[in-house]
This record gives sequence, structure tokens and C-alpha cells, in this order.
Amino acid sequence: MATIPAGTLYRGRVGMWSWVLHRITGVGIFFFLLVHILDTALVRVSPEAYNVVIESYKTPIVGVAELGLVGAILFHGLNGLRVIAVDFWSKGTKFQALMFWAVMAITIVLVAAFTPVHLARVFGE
Amino acid sequence: MAVIIETPNSPRTKKQANWEKYGWLFMRVSGPLLIVLVFTHLISNLVVGEGIKAIDFAFVAGKWADPFWQVWDLAMLWLAMIHGTNGMRTIVNDYAEHETVRKSLITILWAVCGLLVLLGTLVIFTFDPCPAGAAVELLPSFCPVN
Repeated sequence: MATIPAGTLYRGRVGMWSWVLHRITGVGIFFFLLVHILDTALVRVSPEAYNVVIESYKTPIVGVAELGLVGAILFHGLNGLRVIAVDFWSKGTKFQALMFWAVMAITIVLVAAFTPVHLARVFGE
Repeated sequence: MAVIIETPNSPRTKKQANWEKYGWLFMRVSGPLLIVLVFTHLISNLVVGEGIKAIDFAFVAGKWADPFWQVWDLAMLWLAMIHGTNGMRTIVNDYAEHETVRKSLITILWAVCGLLVLLGTLVIFTFDPCPAGAAVELLPSFCPVN
């Protein structure tokens, strides 16, 4: 008896979602890196030019966005280590889902610890 | 132009250097190095002291007065740009449907990578922490008072 296929979404569970997140965070970090090299290059123009642009990093909106950037870097770096473990460690594939949750847990804990410290500076006087 | 996909289990037939393999290996070697480089960068610039509030021209000048941070930032610049560009290349290879679009995007990616790596390298090594004529209060404390 023929059964109706249950949709075409690839059900790769956390293995798939970690891959999706790795791509999205990677692209985001890449474009930030382009901007960050250009803004740092302003030190070669003049102290005033650099200071004016770097002040925008201390504004409330960019300050909050930096938490997202730090979170993206943490996830991408830690998940990269997970990818290396899957590739080179004989038990990598067995523990890949557990390692994904460890990556998420460490990322959330470190962002949670950094958030009050950073926001106190961004919103303080 | 049709893209020919080889049978996955067929042996490699090309005689040229296996650039895809070196690219794959580069991501796995530069990744852990970047974790050390980038997290140290984030801790020293965003966590210790006054964090982001302390960052200005004098802060950068103070760091780059030390060759240690010049080499640190140079390594971070090169590795991060090549790692990021190679990652973007992988994504373009996955999603670009037309061969000319794919090749054009990859050419643009490496051109941008080359330009920014060159710019950043020149900035690190030609940087003057005490530029003549600049307001003294914007400069690091070790600059002579003019």
C-alpha cells in the first residue's frame, strides 16, 4: 500500500540546523570583518576620523547588536570545533548531537555573562 | 554549461594539485588558530578594563606600539580573511546556478580579500601613533608634547 510522503523538508535534526546556523553566522561575521578592517584602517587617516567612526560602536543600537556578533562568533567557533571532532575523532559522529547542545549551552552561558558587563558600559553615563 | 558531478565513490582522475583538499584542510587548521586569536582580541578589547568605552585612537596606538599585538592582529587579519573568503566561496559554489555568475562571484570574493588583506597589512606596518599636527589629547601618553 502506497503511503503519502510527509513533505520534502530534509529532516537532519540538529546536524542540519547546526549546518544552517554555521552558514548564517559565518556570512554575518564575514561582512562584519570587511567593515571592521575598513573602520580600523581609519587610524591611518587621522585620530579624529577613527574616533568619530568608532564612537558609533558605542551607541545603544550598535552596542546591543554587538551581543549578537559576539554570540555568532562564539557559536561559529565552537561549532567549528564540533565539525573538526566529527571529521577527525572516531566517536565524533556518535556524539555530534550532544556536542551541538554543548556548543549551544556554552554560547548561551558566555553571552549571558557578557551581556550585563557590556550593556552597563554602552548605557552607562 | 552543464556541471558534471562525478560518482562519489569513483577514484580521483585529475592529475593537478587537489586544491579542494587543501582548502578543506586550511579551514580546519585556521579555525582553531582563529579561536585563540579572536577570543583573545575580544577579551582584551571588550571585556577587560573599560571594554568598548576605552576604544579610541590612543587605545589602538597603545596596542600597536607593541610588536606582539602587531603580529597578533596581522595573523588575525590574514587568517580570518582567507578563512571567511573560502567559506563564502563554498556557499557560492552551493547556490550559484550559472557558471559565469559563479566564476564572477568567486573572482570578486578573492579580489576583495586581496585588497583588504593588503590594506590591513599596510595599515599595521605604516601606522604612526604620534602623527604630526594631531591634537595631543587624542594621542597615546607616550607621544612627545609638541
